[in-house]
Amino acid sequence: MKKTRAENDISHRRLSRRAALLGGAQLLFVGGLAARMQYLQVDQADQFRLLAEENRINIRLIPPSRGEVFDRNGLSLARNAPSYRIVIVREDAGDVDAVLNRLSQIISLDQETITRVKDEMRRSAPFLPVTIASDVTWDDISRVSVNAPALPGITPEVGLSRVYPQGSDFAHVLGYVGPVSDYDLSKIEDPEPVLMIPRFQIGKVGVETKLEPLLRGKAGAKRVEVNATGRVMRELDRREGIPGSDLQLTIDAKLQGYVQARLDGESASAVVMDCDTGDLVACSSAPTFDPNLFVRGISSKDYSELTANKYRPLASKTVQGVYPPGSTFKMITAMAALEDGLIGPDDTAYCPGHLEVSGRRFHCWKRAGHGWVDLETSLKRSCDVYYYDLAVKVGIERISDMARKFGLGIKHDVPMSAVAKGLAPNMEWKAQTYGQSWRVGDTVNVSIGQGFMLASPMQLAVMTARIATGRSVEPRLIKSIDGVEEPVRGGEPMGLNENNLRKMRKAMFEVVNDRRGTAYGSRIIEEEMRMAGKTGTSQVRNITAAERRAGVIRNEDLPWERRDHALFVNFAPYDNPRYAVAVIVEHGGGGSKAAAPIARDITLQALYGGPPPVEAYPAKDRERITEQQERLRDAQPQVSVPGKDQA
Amino acid sequence: MSYLEYAVKTAPTGFRKIFHLNWAVALLLASVAGVGFLMLYSVAGGSFTPWAEPQMKRFVVGFVMMIMVAMIPIWFWRSLSGLAYLGTLVLLVAVELFGTVGMGAQRWIDLGFMRLQPSELMKITLVMLLAAYYDWLPARRTSHPFWVLIPVILIIIPVLLVLRQPDLGTSILLLAAGGGLMFLAGVHWAYFGAVIASGIGLVTAVFQSRGTTWQLLKDYQYRRIDTFLDPSSDPLGAGYHITQSKIALGSGGWTGRGFMQGTQSRLNFLPEKHTDFIFTTLAEEFGFVGGLSLLGLYALIILFCVWSALTNKDRFSSLLTLGIALNFFLFFAVNMSMVMGLAPVVGVPLPLVSFGGSAMLVLLLAFGLMQSAHVHRPR
Repeated sequence: MKKTRAENDISHRRLSRRAALLGGAQLLFVGGLAARMQYLQVDQADQFRLLAEENRINIRLIPPSRGEVFDRNGLSLARNAPSYRIVIVREDAGDVDAVLNRLSQIISLDQETITRVKDEMRRSAPFLPVTIASDVTWDDISRVSVNAPALPGITPEVGLSRVYPQGSDFAHVLGYVGPVSDYDLSKIEDPEPVLMIPRFQIGKVGVETKLEPLLRGKAGAKRVEVNATGRVMRELDRREGIPGSDLQLTIDAKLQGYVQARLDGESASAVVMDCDTGDLVACSSAPTFDPNLFVRGISSKDYSELTANKYRPLASKTVQGVYPPGSTFKMITAMAALEDGLIGPDDTAYCPGHLEVSGRRFHCWKRAGHGWVDLETSLKRSCDVYYYDLAVKVGIERISDMARKFGLGIKHDVPMSAVAKGLAPNMEWKAQTYGQSWRVGDTVNVSIGQGFMLASPMQLAVMTARIATGRSVEPRLIKSIDGVEEPVRGGEPMGLNENNLRKMRKAMFEVVNDRRGTAYGSRIIEEEMRMAGKTGTSQVRNITAAERRAGVIRNEDLPWERRDHALFVNFAPYDNPRYAVAVIVEHGGGGSKAAAPIARDITLQALYGGPPPVEAYPAKDRERITEQQERLRDAQPQVSVPGKDQA
Repeated sequence: MSYLEYAVKTAPTGFRKIFHLNWAVALLLASVAGVGFLMLYSVAGGSFTPWAEPQMKRFVVGFVMMIMVAMIPIWFWRSLSGLAYLGTLVLLVAVELFGTVGMGAQRWIDLGFMRLQPSELMKITLVMLLAAYYDWLPARRTSHPFWVLIPVILIIIPVLLVLRQPDLGTSILLLAAGGGLMFLAGVHWAYFGAVIASGIGLVTAVFQSRGTTWQLLKDYQYRRIDTFLDPSSDPLGAGYHITQSKIALGSGGWTGRGFMQGTQSRLNFLPEKHTDFIFTTLAEEFGFVGGLSLLGLYALIILFCVWSALTNKDRFSSLLTLGIALNFFLFFAVNMSMVMGLAPVVGVPLPLVSFGGSAMLVLLLAFGLMQSAHVHRPR
């Protein structure tokens, strides 16, 4: 189609017009884009910059290192040890199956673990480490490290974990830590963010949980730059946390270890208290367990073994277990009567073997009776009827008040789990609890530490320390916090007649050192170390009249659960009391046979600060004691720490 | 006639053509590409690999090709228009049949050394064919319905093929480029009015058809439109791109965080940081000033092209130059609108800056044609 010149000119003019129009429109659009850019980048810059920072910066908590715990001599009881684990990072590993296969040839891995690891890896981001094995031994770690070139993506990592070097010896006092559970969180109102750190350890039982706020410390924080998938690119700044406070317990680990070993095999507990300061120097409950098992998460087999044991290893019997104190309570009944002036020390009563009180017959343990007894004799030979008689005269209110004065039936402030209050019953208590009025028979039962009366071994130790010193000694478990000595609480005079107290101590001395005393067999020969004490045998069953007629069955012939508890309380040395000791052997039979020998061994061990010379014992016991010392010397607490040498 | 006068009045020959290139446009293209290298270096965390280095190599190859295309007379290229269009159409069909599926769409053919996207090529060949058509068509017939129908068909065929891939972004660009050329050629206003009216009708139909059996777009396309209209409705899902892109852009401020200091792109908050969303990196690191400078460079390229077209008395050359400029404009305008949250995310790269070989080569080829038209303009 041939075009004319005019036609060309017209079309060219139109093209120019339209081109200018379109070009103009394009420039207008560019201007619009510029305006939009200005709006976003200049007008709203601050807002977007803030959003960008939020995108980029992440705050990560640094778990504080938990406070350590030492015994009174500075021996480590709880510390934080590096714990090794083996992790795998998927993106570094490449062929995961091959790497895991090679790893299983180096360290033992079961199929279950491999499946779990693969499962976790599938769910998490490729750069996040997945734990293959935790708490691995140093040997395994070194084997993995040596083979590192063949194991891409697998690295050993180190973290801090609680370790109890004294193991089972302090299981009940210290308790243990464990990873925070959902249950723990549900109990805490407004939990600290640090608790959300996976597998963060908090105290579960004992001192570890009671003093958790002190031990935990304050978490630090670091600000890290993360990318869109949460990978940490670099650390911007960090604020170190405040480590938890270090604690020093009043307990002497060496003595504690001895006591624990001495109690081994029984269901028993023993408390050794410093008469002067109230320091708990030993506080053992047997049988015990290894708290390290709980730190790492106890296997269900181990746990069911612990719960199925009829000796109840998990119970902290020193403070948690309450028992009828039996004859060890007689000092309280006597003190109540003496302080009231109802009896003089030399007043006597006749024991025919039983006493009729409001139509009911109460028996003395000795069926034939003790004949005429005064206060000292009654305690020495543990005549029951003498105290029945006192109780009727004194009345429950005074006995109950006196018991509280000596630290029974009140809750002592020690940072251990489930510290029991015990029970020093009175009329009001019975009315409130049972809706029944108090009966004289109840008072008679309480007078010899039976019936409603309940006390824990620690309370009995407090009672004994108070008798020994005449001052209201308070138990103390924490000696210092971060090197700052904790004040000794209590210790002011109890305001009792010193003559009466002296009378009690003398009677207790006779119990152990008089040929006719119930604990004569457990006396100490060494003049300077002689002790004063009181046996106790508390019934866990009623002896029926029919049984009495047929002859009371001997403890040894009863099933274990129905045998009497054996108790012994003592202080030593008699002239200058340093330690008060309380021992309870559950269902151990008679206090003089089952509890007193243990108490003597513990007392001597405490007084000598180690194995006592056999000369302190009566001649006929020495051979047996030597053999026993040999056996106990090698007793070690159970500590199951993987590769103890690695730390 | 003096020698000088003669030289200006006739088309240059041989290597002297080099001096007659539109060097302003060539240098502007090179500087835009330079900005691209800088940004690719930055998003890779200060490394030439994996993006900056191959991009530079491709640019050199493309730039040489541009000059080679410019050396060949424009009338040769005009005679190839029809063939080129048909060839590209065959390639589009081939993609449909044997193409590689990537990102949920069949878009390219693997040639071994590069991946060819016929839809990119179509943007140029369509403009060439339409320019040739209107060069041939007498001006008085331009607005005759029959002669309007022919280019409409020529446009619609590739648009439908590209839409089938499915690549909504490119098909809209093709439609816009073709329509723009018809507008430049002088087709009557009334046609455009009618098209715009029916376009509104079509949009309504698209939305009305959603969820019915005759649904016109794929689900993901609807979702993109949804999130464009309200990005905050799904900030971590489909709206993530737009939200993050606006955050990166906005946090740049006046002068930006400085080269290599952009946090958002470096930390992978930005999706497709080296391709479609590369502008956000520039805006974050160099701020408003940097972003405006790049926009200025683009605007200058358009201006020089329009000026070259207006001063060229050859109708084919003018239309071709304007068509290529329009294509270029659509490229960066759509991309920038997208990252600034003004348009839905449609997957259009930033010309010469985004990483990608095929788009850049085709673009430089197109500018080769524009240069050829400039060099061989009637004097």
